[in-house]
Amino acid sequence: MIEPTNRRYCRRNFRAVPLLAIIGSCLLLQGCGLSDAPVLFPKGPIALAERNLLFTAFALMMIVAIPAIGLTLFFVWRYRRGNDAPAYTPDWEGSWKVETVVWLVPAAIIVVLGTLVWNTTHKLDPYVELTGDKPAFRVQAIALDWKWLFLYPELGVASVNELAFPADRPLNVEITSDTVMNSLMIPALGGQIYAMAGMRSELNLLANEPGVFTGRNTMYSGDGFADQHFKAHAMNEADFNSWKAKVTGDANVLDAKTYLELHKQSVANPVTYYSAFEKDLFDIILRKYAPIVGPYESEAAELICRGAA
Amino acid sequence: MTDMSTTADVLEHEEAKSLEAREFGFWVYLMTDAVIFALLFASYVVLSNNSAAGPTSKDLFDLGHTAGETALLLLSSLTFGFATIAMSAGQAGRVVQWLIVSMVLGLGFLAMELIEFHGMIAAGAGPGTSGFLSAFFTLVGTHGLHVTFGAIGICVMIGQVLVKGLTLPVRSRLIRLGLFWHFLDIVWIGIFSVVYLPGVM
Amino acid sequence: MLGRLTFDAIPLYSWVAMGGAAVTVGGGLAVFLLITYLRAWKVLWTDWLTSVDHKKIGIMYVVLALVMLARGFVDALMMRAQQAIALNNDGYLPAEHFEQIFSSHGTIMIFFVAMPFLTGLINIIVPQQIGARDVAFPFLNSVSLFLTAAGAGLVLISLVIGKFSTAGWTGYPPYSGIDYNPGVGVDYWLWALIVSGVGSTMTGINFIVTIVKNRCPGMTYMRMPLFTWTALCISVLIAFAFPALTVVAAQLVLDRTLGFHFFTNGDGGNMMMFANLLWIWGHPEVYILILPAFGIFSEVVATFSRKRLFGYKSLVYATACIAILSFTVWLHHFFTMGSSANVNAVFGIATMIIAVPTGVKIFDWMFTMYRGRIEFHPSMVFTIGFMVTFVIGGVTGVLLALPPADYLMHNSTFLVAHFHNMLIPGALFGYFAGLNYWFPKAFGFKLDAKWGIRSFWFWIVGFYLAFMPLYVLGFMGMSRRMEHYADPTWQPYLIVAALGAVCILCGIICIAVQLYVSARNWGSARDTTGDPWNGRTLEWATSSPPAPYNFAILPEVRDLDAFHDMKIKGTAYQAPTSYEDIVMPKSSGLGPVLGALGFALGFAMVWYIWWLAALCLVLALVCIGIRACDDDTEYVIPASEVAAIENVRLAQITPADMHDMRDFLPRGAASGAALPGRA
Repeated sequence: MIEPTNRRYCRRNFRAVPLLAIIGSCLLLQGCGLSDAPVLFPKGPIALAERNLLFTAFALMMIVAIPAIGLTLFFVWRYRRGNDAPAYTPDWEGSWKVETVVWLVPAAIIVVLGTLVWNTTHKLDPYVELTGDKPAFRVQAIALDWKWLFLYPELGVASVNELAFPADRPLNVEITSDTVMNSLMIPALGGQIYAMAGMRSELNLLANEPGVFTGRNTMYSGDGFADQHFKAHAMNEADFNSWKAKVTGDANVLDAKTYLELHKQSVANPVTYYSAFEKDLFDIILRKYAPIVGPYESEAAELICRGAA
Repeated sequence: MTDMSTTADVLEHEEAKSLEAREFGFWVYLMTDAVIFALLFASYVVLSNNSAAGPTSKDLFDLGHTAGETALLLLSSLTFGFATIAMSAGQAGRVVQWLIVSMVLGLGFLAMELIEFHGMIAAGAGPGTSGFLSAFFTLVGTHGLHVTFGAIGICVMIGQVLVKGLTLPVRSRLIRLGLFWHFLDIVWIGIFSVVYLPGVM
Repeated sequence: MLGRLTFDAIPLYSWVAMGGAAVTVGGGLAVFLLITYLRAWKVLWTDWLTSVDHKKIGIMYVVLALVMLARGFVDALMMRAQQAIALNNDGYLPAEHFEQIFSSHGTIMIFFVAMPFLTGLINIIVPQQIGARDVAFPFLNSVSLFLTAAGAGLVLISLVIGKFSTAGWTGYPPYSGIDYNPGVGVDYWLWALIVSGVGSTMTGINFIVTIVKNRCPGMTYMRMPLFTWTALCISVLIAFAFPALTVVAAQLVLDRTLGFHFFTNGDGGNMMMFANLLWIWGHPEVYILILPAFGIFSEVVATFSRKRLFGYKSLVYATACIAILSFTVWLHHFFTMGSSANVNAVFGIATMIIAVPTGVKIFDWMFTMYRGRIEFHPSMVFTIGFMVTFVIGGVTGVLLALPPADYLMHNSTFLVAHFHNMLIPGALFGYFAGLNYWFPKAFGFKLDAKWGIRSFWFWIVGFYLAFMPLYVLGFMGMSRRMEHYADPTWQPYLIVAALGAVCILCGIICIAVQLYVSARNWGSARDTTGDPWNGRTLEWATSSPPAPYNFAILPEVRDLDAFHDMKIKGTAYQAPTSYEDIVMPKSSGLGPVLGALGFALGFAMVWYIWWLAALCLVLALVCIGIRACDDDTEYVIPASEVAAIENVRLAQITPADMHDMRDFLPRGAASGAALPGRA
C-alpha cells in the first residue's frame, strides 16, 4: 500500500531502475509497514540521491549475483549424484575462458561502481553546502546525554529535542558533542555524521516540502540511548514564524549555569525552548575539549569548560 | 632395528631443523613487534602536539641526555656483536665477558631513561598530564620494557653458556637474543629521530 | 588486599543476571562433578591438557568454541526476545543488562567462538595436509590454546563476579573510557582481548613457520591444498593485525587504569585514533574469520563433487589478493566520521575491489560442481547454503561500501544483518562443514548425516528469518543496540527475527543431538581406512584418528591432490620396506600453567589487585625462563613401535573398504582400485 505522496518518487524510479519492480513485489509481500520506511521513501533530495545510488548499485550487482545464485542452484540440481545424464569430467581443472569471464565481469562492474562512488561521494559529501534560491538555514547541534540541543544563531534561540527549520531553505547543521561519540541522523532527509567532543562536523540537508521527520542518535551511547530521538519539523513560512514567536517568548534562557544543569544526564528529556543562549556557546563547547588548553576567553567559558569559574 | 647411532642422527637432524624453524619464527615474531612499535610511533605522531594544559616537547627534552642514552645502547649492540664473534670462534669465556659488558651498558641505558622519566614526573609532566605525554611515555616506556626483558635474557644466556657451554641450542638462543638486542637499537634510532629530534627543533 | 573486589560484585541486581550467574556456576560445577565421577582428572591432565599434539590441541580448541557458541547464542536469543517485546515498554531486561548482553555476544562470537573454531580446525588438519608430524612450535601452540581459554574464562567469570562491558564489542571510547564507564565491565572486555590476543598472535607465528618450513618433500606452494593456503594467509594476517589489537587495547587499559589520555575527551586525547587502530586490526580480522571457511568450502566442494577443484591457481591468487587488500579498507567502518570525500571515495573503491576476488571464488566453486557428481553430505549442503546466502551478504556489503549509501545505513540493523550475513553463512557454515568433514579424521568415526542435514535446515531457515527482517528494519530507520523502541511498525519484523533465533536454537540442538547420536553409534560408523569420503588431500592418508606422528614415513607429493594421486597410482596404503625412529615433542604442563597465570593476571588487573598481577607476571617470566633453559623437550618413538602401530593399521584395511577409483582413471588404464600393501 503505497501512499499517494510516495507514489511520485516511486514512479521516477520505475523509469530509472527497472529493478524497483522486484522491490515493489517485496513490498506487497511485506505489507504496509514499509511505506513509511524513511530510507526507501525519502522526503528530501539528498536522501533520495543516496537511496537511488543504493538502488543503482544493487541493480548493477544483480548482473553477477543472479547468475551466481541461479547457476549454483541449477548446477547442484543437474549434477547431483544419481543423475547420470550429464557429462562427468573428474579431471577438468580450469578453463581460461571461464576464468577470464569470472575475473573480468565483476572487475568491469567494480570499475563502473567505482566511478559512481567517486562521483557520488563528492557530490553527496555532507560538508558541501547546498545552493538554492534561498540561503541555508544554520543550526548548531550539540549531543548531550541523552538528548540533542539545537542552537539557532540566526534567531538567537535554542531548543532541546526538537529541530525546526523553514522547509524552503537548505538546512546546514554544525555538530559537536559534549559527551561521548554520537551520530546525528534524520533518515528521511539524508545520511548521518558523527558528533565528537572537541570536533566540529557538518551535515547539509534539504526537505522537499513541509513535514515532520524523526531524527535520532544512531551511535549507541549508554542507558538513555534508545530514547534519544527527536522530531525535525520542516515548516512553511507561517508555521515557522509562529514557532519562532513561541520560542522567543519563552522565559527560559540558556546561560552558562542553565547549560550546566542541562548537561547532566537525562533520559527522554521533554522538548524545551530557550529564548536566548550563552554567547558563542557552540565554540565554547568545542574548546572545552581542545588538544591545547589556553586561557579562557570569558567567565562563562570557564564555567562551562571546568564546571566552575 | 634401532641402533644408537641412527637414533642420535635422527635427533640431531631434528634438532637442527627445529633450530632453523626457531630462527625463522623469531624473525616473524620481531615483525609482529615491529608492528606494535609502528603503531605506537603512529599514536605518538598523532598526539605529539596535544599537550593540553601541560608542557610541550620543547620544554621537556634534553638532547644531550638522549645522546648519552643513544651512545650506551649503540655501544651495547656493538659489544653484543663481539659476543657473537666470540661465539663463532667457540670462546665461551669471551662470550660471557662481552655479554656482561652488553648487559651493563643496557642497564646504564635503562638507568638514564629512568632518571629522565623521574625528572619529568617530578616536574609535573607525567603520562596522565596530556595525550602527548601519554603517547611519549608509552612509546619510550615500551622500548625500555623490551630492553629490560633483553637484559633478563642476557642474564639467562650468561648462565646457560656457563653451565652448558656453547651447545647448538645455546648458540641458536644467543643468535636470537642478538637479533632482539639489535632490533631494539633500530627502534631506538626511530625514537631518537621521531620523538626527540623533532621535539627540540 | 582485594583491590576493588567486594561482595557487591555478586550480581544480585536482577533475577536474569543471577540466573545467568547460577547457570555458569552450575555448568562449571556439573563438569567438575562429571570428571570426578568418571575419575578422568588424571587422563584429562596427562593425555589432554598437557599434550602438545596438534590434533588434541585442535580438538580442545573446537570444544572451547562449541561451549562458547552455546553461551554466545543464549545472549542472541535474549536480545531477540527483548526486542520482540520491548515496544513502548522496557521488556524484561533493564538497559544496562541489555547492553552487557550485546557486548558479550559480539565479543564471545568473534574471539571465543570463531577464532578458536578456525584455529582448532587448522590445528587438526593443516599439519596433516602438508605432510608434517606436528606444528613448528608445539609447546607454543599449547600456550596459545590456554591463553585463548583464559580470555574465554574472563568473559565467563564476568557473569558471576562483577559485570561485563556495556560498550559493545568494539568498545569505542570515550564511552568505554573511565569517565563514562567507571565499572569493571570494560576492563573484563579489554583483558579478555589482550590475553587471548597474545595467544592468537603466537598461533599466527606458529602456523607461518609450520607451513613455510614443515612441508613434506614435493609439497610445493602451488601444490598446497586450498585450506592450507588460507591458513597461511590468515596466519600472516594474524601476525600483522593482532599486534594492532594488542596496542589499542593496551592504550585503553592505560587510559582507564593509570589515567593516560590516548582516547579521552579533552586533555589531548583522540578518540578517532581508537577507531583507526581498532579497525586496522578489525578488518583483517573479518578475513581471518572467513578465509579458512573459504578453504574448507574448497576442500569440501571438490571432494563431494568428485572432481578436481576448478581454478586452483585462481583461488590461490584470489585468497592472496583478499589478504593483502584487507589491510587497505579499514576506514569504511567509519565513513561517517567526517573524512574528506577523497578519502571516503578511495576507501570505498578499495573495499569494492575485494568483491572481485571474492566473486571469483564463488564462480570457481560453482564450476567445480559443473560436470561433477554431487553428493549431499552435510558438509556439502552447508557449502551450497553458504554459496547462495553469501552472495546476498556480498551485495549488501558492496552497498555499504558506497560512502553515500553508508551514511544512510551505518549504525542501523541493516549493518547488523550484513555482517551476520557474512559471518554466519561465510564463516560459521564453513566451520560446521569442516566439523562434519573432518570429524572422522579426529575421532575415527563419522558424524550422523541425518542430524547434520537437519541442523543445516534449521540454521539456514533460521538465518533468513532472523536477518532478512533486520535488513528491512534498517530501511525503516531502526538503529542497532536499541533496548526498546516506539515505532509499532517495527515490531512484526522483530517478532519474525525472534522466531528465526528460535529456529537457530533448534539447529544448535540438532548439532548436539548429532554429536550424541554419533558417539552412541560410533562402532557402526567407524572409519578404518582413514579416508571416509574418498578424499583428495594428504590428511586422508593418515589413519583416523592419526597416530601421534601422523605419517610413519613422510610422504612424497607429486600432484596437487596428493592423496587422490596416490590412490590412482596405487601407491596409497603401501607399507615401506623399513621404518625409522621418530622424534616427537614431549608433553608439558607449562602451557596450562601459563594459561592459568594469564587468567589470574587479567582478573587481578580488572579488580586492581596489584600484588596478584605482579606475582602472576613474575611467575610467568619464571615459567618462560625454565622453558628457555630446557634442552630436553623431545622424545623418540622407536622404529619398532612405529612398525607395530602401522602394521595393525594396514592389517585392518580390507580391499572392500577402499574406494573404487575407476571413475578417475585415465581412459584405457587397466588396473582398478588400489590395494593395501602388507608389511
